[in-house]
Amino acid sequence: MLRRRVIPCLDVADGRVVKGTRFVDLKDEGDPPELAERYAREGADELVYLDISAAPEGRGTLLDIVERTARRAFIPLTVGGGVRSVDDMRAVLRAGADKVSLNTRAVEEPELVRRCAARFGSQAVVVAIDARRVQPSDAIPSGFEVVVKGGRQPVGLDAVAWALRAVDLGAGELLVTSIDRDGTGSGFDTEQLRAISSAVPVPVIASGGAGGPDDFIAAVREGGADAVLAAGIFHRREWSIAAVKAAMAAAGLPVRLPREAAEA
Amino acid sequence: MSALPEGVRVPVAVVDYGAGNLVSIEQALDAAGAVTHRAERADQIGDPALLVVPGVGASAPAMQRLRAGGFEPAILDWVAAGRPFLGICLGLQLLFETSDEDEARTLGILRGHTVRLDGAPTLPHIGWNQVERRRHHRAFAGIAPDADFYFVHSYAGAPDDEDVVVAETEHGARFTSAVASGNLLGVQFHPERSGADGLRLIANVVRVAGEVG
Repeated sequence: MLRRRVIPCLDVADGRVVKGTRFVDLKDEGDPPELAERYAREGADELVYLDISAAPEGRGTLLDIVERTARRAFIPLTVGGGVRSVDDMRAVLRAGADKVSLNTRAVEEPELVRRCAARFGSQAVVVAIDARRVQPSDAIPSGFEVVVKGGRQPVGLDAVAWALRAVDLGAGELLVTSIDRDGTGSGFDTEQLRAISSAVPVPVIASGGAGGPDDFIAAVREGGADAVLAAGIFHRREWSIAAVKAAMAAAGLPVRLPREAAEA
Repeated sequence: MSALPEGVRVPVAVVDYGAGNLVSIEQALDAAGAVTHRAERADQIGDPALLVVPGVGASAPAMQRLRAGGFEPAILDWVAAGRPFLGICLGLQLLFETSDEDEARTLGILRGHTVRLDGAPTLPHIGWNQVERRRHHRAFAGIAPDADFYFVHSYAGAPDDEDVVVAETEHGARFTSAVASGNLLGVQFHPERSGADGLRLIANVVRVAGEVG
């Protein structure tokens, strides 16, 4: 049976893991490949690097850490942030990443999704959708509006309609973040997740709001998510990936457990 | 992991026909005791102990590129000679006769067809799933009989011949996730992205190829 995935996300700037409320008050948290390897050992099913380098020089450094990560952690790696073209995507994949995630750029230029999927396959293209709750309207019938630029700029686009369009353009997975919940630890927006996961055939990755194992369970059960992504609770070591997966397994969800645990 | 003497590396050729990136498979082969080189044309295969055909994506363009590189007769000859071969994902699907995906005529080494996953709750089938073994195979030595491996695909090969089936996996319906015939092994999952068990499988394949070759 297909497992529900637990995916730690590492914010990376200029070659280092950083944390902070996205983009402000960044603190250096160490060497990305080292942390990635630790997460892989603890049972991470995949890894996501979100590149938030301010300067363009950060790009070369990112490719270097992708390559070093791919040599140490033999699990799938997705890179988001700063991929602006098919050439950027090629460079990231050649360094050893398996997928790229397109967010603001996909909204600005939807055809980029199609070109990337046509060139590298849908399985390598994740479209990241950041959304917030609004009053349902003719323009936003679902009541979930797409926002870009790290959650700062609403674009007047319905998140469910954009999800369907992204899949049509060739997205193989959707990474759905609730901007209202991101960084709050108050749980995922399961209604937003359900609105999107029930509308599309592709896997949906839940993001934004993880505070504890119960939130991961709710994202899958109530939100219909195939995978659940979190950053802060793993970085701050509030919960280990193993503890989250054990709780999901105890709740009856199919997860990949370490061999020792599986045989116990 | 390998029974080969320390420092002895097994030469492996990876077919580079533009279907997906080769970096992760090369890194995994390297970690498993192989020394790899890429073959962009059939005359660059040389004389390795193991030939690997990776790949993701659609069958028709992949076959076009394989033929353009002169790989079709080279792979047929290689397998007919009984030499060690590993097909991964699309590299497995291409071993069958045709693909439903785009009506492509594929290599026809194994009898059967590549079909869309029927009744799948989500497509593509992405993530870790159990590979349930139907029979013993040395590539899976030291790996639990229902271990998890990482999948990314919407189609899978359906062999006519039950004897080639090594493992099956369920996603809505059951499909064949590993086949073997002689020194040929094909896996629908990605061992290069399947953590410790994936590396163990690759190391087993490399070691056996080193002994055979």
